[in-house]
Amino acid sequence: MDFGLSDSQQSLKDNARKFFSTHCPMTEVRRLADTDSAHDTALWAKMAEQGYTGICFSEEHDGAGLGLVELALILEEAGRALVPGPFFSTVALAGALLDATASDAQKKKYLAPICRGQARSTVALYESESAWNPAESRIAAENGRITGEKLFVPDTAAASTILVVARNSVFVVEAGAPGMSITPMLSMDLTRKVYAVTFANTPAEKLARPENIARGLDCATAALAAEMTGGMQRTLESAVQYAKTRKQFGKIIGSFQSVQNLCADMLLETESSRSAAYYAAWALQENAPDAAAAVSIAKLYASDACRTVGNRGIQIHGGMGFTWENDLHLYYRRAKACETTLGDASWHRERLARMAVDTVAVPPAGV
Amino acid sequence: MDLKLTEGELRFRNELRAWLESNLPSDWPAWREKSLDDSYSYLRAWQLKLYDARWAAVCWPAEYGGRGATLMEQAIFWEELARAGAPPMANSLGLGLIGPTIVAFGTPAQKLRYLPKILSAEEIWCQGFSEPDAGSDLAGLKTEARLDGPDYIVNGQKVWTSYAWLADWCELVVRTDPQAPKHKGLTVLLVNMKSPGIEVRRLRQMTGESEFSEIFFTNVRVPAENVLGQVNDGWNVAVSTLMHERGSYGARLYLLFKRSIDRLIELSHSARKNGQPASRDPLLRQKLAQCYAEVEIMRLNQLRAFSRISATGVPGPEGSLQKLFWSELNQRLQQIAQEILGPAGQLLAGDPRAIDHGIWSYGYLRSRGNTIEAGTSEIQRSIIGHYVLGLPRSY
Ligand SMILES: Cc1cc2nc3c(=O)[nH]c(=O)nc-3n(C[C@H](O)[C@H](O)[C@H](O)COP(=O)(O)OP(=O)(O)OC[C@H]3O[C@@H](n4cnc5c(N)ncnc54)[C@H](O)[C@@H]3O)c2cc1C
Repeated sequence: MDFGLSDSQQSLKDNARKFFSTHCPMTEVRRLADTDSAHDTALWAKMAEQGYTGICFSEEHDGAGLGLVELALILEEAGRALVPGPFFSTVALAGALLDATASDAQKKKYLAPICRGQARSTVALYESESAWNPAESRIAAENGRITGEKLFVPDTAAASTILVVARNSVFVVEAGAPGMSITPMLSMDLTRKVYAVTFANTPAEKLARPENIARGLDCATAALAAEMTGGMQRTLESAVQYAKTRKQFGKIIGSFQSVQNLCADMLLETESSRSAAYYAAWALQENAPDAAAAVSIAKLYASDACRTVGNRGIQIHGGMGFTWENDLHLYYRRAKACETTLGDASWHRERLARMAVDTVAVPPAGV
Repeated sequence: MDLKLTEGELRFRNELRAWLESNLPSDWPAWREKSLDDSYSYLRAWQLKLYDARWAAVCWPAEYGGRGATLMEQAIFWEELARAGAPPMANSLGLGLIGPTIVAFGTPAQKLRYLPKILSAEEIWCQGFSEPDAGSDLAGLKTEARLDGPDYIVNGQKVWTSYAWLADWCELVVRTDPQAPKHKGLTVLLVNMKSPGIEVRRLRQMTGESEFSEIFFTNVRVPAENVLGQVNDGWNVAVSTLMHERGSYGARLYLLFKRSIDRLIELSHSARKNGQPASRDPLLRQKLAQCYAEVEIMRLNQLRAFSRISATGVPGPEGSLQKLFWSELNQRLQQIAQEILGPAGQLLAGDPRAIDHGIWSYGYLRSRGNTIEAGTSEIQRSIIGHYVLGLPRSY
């Protein structure tokens, strides 16, 4: 039993950190945040060259053949660098859902181009009535055509295909298919754009194994928790760095205990999020019996922690932390979006309660 | 990263499981309502049983009665005991903190003399660190030891010493060089608690019981061969004990926390709240799930820390993260238990309506000590700030 990263996992992570800091520094993040789609084809091509776009998918489908822990490590570093654009949507969300629900032929058609860096995709899940729960989805499909509306669909403008989750089924829609329209939603996170997507009698291909929708979404959720951990890590580093240099009352502010306490709590929450995210990824990879519970544990914890870590990070920076110029708000915005995406803390607590509370036998003695 | 058990770990776990199946006492729940003094003999007997089968401290070298097990096997050990609902062990300070310090700093003769009896619970140990004027500022302690021929002569006072009243031995931190800077003049002595000149006065805690005591030392003679580590290097020895207390004691406590949350979930199905089982109450479900998640994260954090220590060889100041997490988690857990159980959760052992022999009212009160003992939360956060994150010292 080893909960440390192997040498190859560590070097994958180290390389990803170097790669993102070279090819996607904060100047680039800010530039892309100001564009419509936050997507950069040159950056995408470089990420594909590294094998990131197919990291956890089989070599048969042109992937790198690594596992979900490796996906989590790349996402963590992408989150730390605040990489804008459709990486999470394409690889962790759509890629994982395709991997779980598509037939082999469908994977060759839709997943392999993603692995090769030629295609980008996303998942349309959220509806105004059913939120993140696919079983309550209202979108209707008839004779291979779908009709309805999806909201908060990430990176739709950059996607070449869209996976639409309906009740007990998933469909693939080609970008620009008849009857489909996308409208940008002006939301807080500037680095991952979201869209309202409507379908009217739009042709769609049904994916073969809808019974695995939950697994696909769980893989995405674990990866998202890892991405959130990366954002927390960067916020922590930046707060500690500032606390070591800024002086007031003739002293480094990091020598004030109330500032130290904020930093200590940030570290505790970041590390705890990391433990839970890594474990969830591993449990899914191994099909452990507690994998679904582990995913909810990771997401519920990270959802609260990414917000409180962000709060403290801004507080430590004082007025500087409240400026547009300081990068923290870009992370803070992403954190808020991630907090709700694929279910917020209370959503996952309820899901966990169904697994861990409702399944326990009632003891005989009354209280 | 691979959390599957290795073949060796699997063998270890299966052997332990089989042993527990045939040796786990079934009458433990009934013993919990007895006073600490009474149940202690029970826990001592349970530990002796573990010792006879070499399960008392699996990590210790085989020559002293351990199994030379890895840290991961130690984690497996506590998870299995939690799973089986086993009682804790009597000599927890000896096993968890003081024994490992003797393993690290003791002479071969000291190891042979002390370790097996710690394991068998034949000799109970206490930790004589805190003093009335030296708690958080431990290095400011004043109890002094003067060399007089072959012996040190100890004078001074310790306080809050857990289990001092039933301890046979004490890991005592004393000042041997009053001239030196405060961290440099300390020495650790292994002191026989039956020595003339030692007086133990039990202190009553807010729980009503008397787990800790004051100890007064008046011209107590301690043979110089009982110095643990080097003379005037006692700070390093004491810090090693504290590292164990903060870094790995959580693995031992997981046994208690896991049982608490599992039991609380059971009780939530029969405890009524707002006209329905508490387990159906939307707010309480949220709190239960949060707590369940945090107990799991406590396990995962500990496993990750063990993996890191296995790779680097030393427990570092990161142990303060574990201590901070479990101490505050237990306070949240006990509060949620009170919310679920309602006023019945306040009933004390002995009341016929008390739930689970009063463990919940006890647990609620006892958890207040968690953020004070083994270094307060304020001190843990400062250690994390300075030693882990590299911020300037605040004091
Ligand atoms: C149940 C229990 C069991 C114990 N068992 C043992 C034992 O077996 N052996 C033993 O030696 N000791 C034991 N202790 C003692 C324990 O280690 C001390 O109580 C603890 O270290 C705090 O010291 P103190 O009580 O002197 O409080 P103080 O140090 O006086 O602290 C009082 C308050 O001031 C805060 N404070 C102090 N210094 C700072 C600072 N620099 N910055 C910020 N805040 C600060 C503290 O956090 C605390 O809130 C036990 C305590 C408890 C509650």
